[in-house]
Amino acid sequence: MGRAFLSLLRRDITLAMRRRTDVLTTLFFFVIVVSLFPFGVGSEQQILRQLGPGVVWVAALLASMLALERLFAADYEDGTLEQLLLTRHPLSLLVLAKVTAHWLLTGLPVVLIAPLIGMQYYLPETAIVAMMLALLVGTPVLSLVGAIGAALTLGLRGGGILLSLLILPLYVPVLVYGAGAVTAAFTTPAESQPYFYLLGAFLVLSLILAPLASAAALRISLE
Amino acid sequence: MKVNWFKFAAPANFYPVAGWLVSVFAVLAAAAILIGLYWGFFETPSVLGGTNPQKEYYRIIFIHVPAAWMSMWLYLVLAGWCAIGLVFNTRLSYMMAAAVAPTGAIFTFLALWTGALWGRPSWGTYWDWDPRLTSELILFFLYLGYIALHSAIDDTRRADKAAALLAIVGLICVPVIFWSINCPDPTQCAALHQRSSLSQMESNILSSMLIMAFGFWMYSFAAAFARLRGIILEREADTAWVQELATKEARR
Repeated sequence: MGRAFLSLLRRDITLAMRRRTDVLTTLFFFVIVVSLFPFGVGSEQQILRQLGPGVVWVAALLASMLALERLFAADYEDGTLEQLLLTRHPLSLLVLAKVTAHWLLTGLPVVLIAPLIGMQYYLPETAIVAMMLALLVGTPVLSLVGAIGAALTLGLRGGGILLSLLILPLYVPVLVYGAGAVTAAFTTPAESQPYFYLLGAFLVLSLILAPLASAAALRISLE
Repeated sequence: MKVNWFKFAAPANFYPVAGWLVSVFAVLAAAAILIGLYWGFFETPSVLGGTNPQKEYYRIIFIHVPAAWMSMWLYLVLAGWCAIGLVFNTRLSYMMAAAVAPTGAIFTFLALWTGALWGRPSWGTYWDWDPRLTSELILFFLYLGYIALHSAIDDTRRADKAAALLAIVGLICVPVIFWSINCPDPTQCAALHQRSSLSQMESNILSSMLIMAFGFWMYSFAAAFARLRGIILEREADTAWVQELATKEARR
């Protein structure tokens, strides 16, 4: 079972590495969205500092959603997904492998580029560290929950727009606590601790339930 | 008397029952709403509260609170029918879920709308990022998501199941969303509790509000069953009994 997980993970990453633009577009989308805000609201230090955490999180939600469409689409079109459904391995495990690959390709780059974004928004050092940590815990939740929506809207007309309607309301808790953690860390880093506990709880909860729900959704979509 | 409930799980058998139920619930709804509105408008005090009293506009609660209750309750009903459909694979449960969703969405919208109208005179603003308003808004989005997904898929079987799964995922998320908005700062959770107690309300106001809630509940039944009849006819259009019904209607 572990071997199946690893080989699917390796396959997905290899495939993505052959077409690097897909990965880079998501990352640049994130950077561009975040960089657009100062043009709109003005570049005053005080305002940007206040907006920073929320803007970064909203941009991260949108970037992760943009990439979600591709999570199952290619495998669905060439029939690989049906073969995956027929293997003797539990489908939720395979889904988890695909989601992990998706996170490594879209979530992790966002976490790594966060310090640069933080500097753009004049965030203090403690807040930048908190932002990286919060994104590290929070973005996997986005990928996991998003996978359910991606599986449900598989092969539909206008699937992308529909996906945002289905999934964005479910992202609210991560957004609230993710941005809250960064804001709380402005003065004293210790104050953001409860936020991290809650984000961790979301991660554990979605790690357990989301692959099961996505697997059920895939079965419905491919029936 | 022993009733075989599964007999009514067949759309053909439930269709006439639903027609009868629509009229029963419609009468109950009309009666309760009329009584509730009369009581609420003429038998209740016109000023409420001590130092900063609410004037006549507080009467909006006779619509607002029942609508908010129904919006939450109907989501539970929706998810319940979806779960039954997924477990027992009965077509009628999915049809019931699809019939309940628009009513729930309408009540959610009504609760938001009347809340805004009440907020203007009492808070001085139509919208505030208050926990209750925000979670009601998210609930509205969940209803819209269900309806949108259901109507985006052409194959009814897949549409039913996919939307059902979404409703159940939403149901798990609703308490999480509620608490995350209700308590955005976990270190001060206890201070943020805002609760209203039914026992502290004036008895006339309370009774008329409860009667209105009952009326809205009965209305939901009537509306859902009426919509269900439409959905049954649409989906079973090719079957013999619907054809028969159509020729009988045409002859009349």
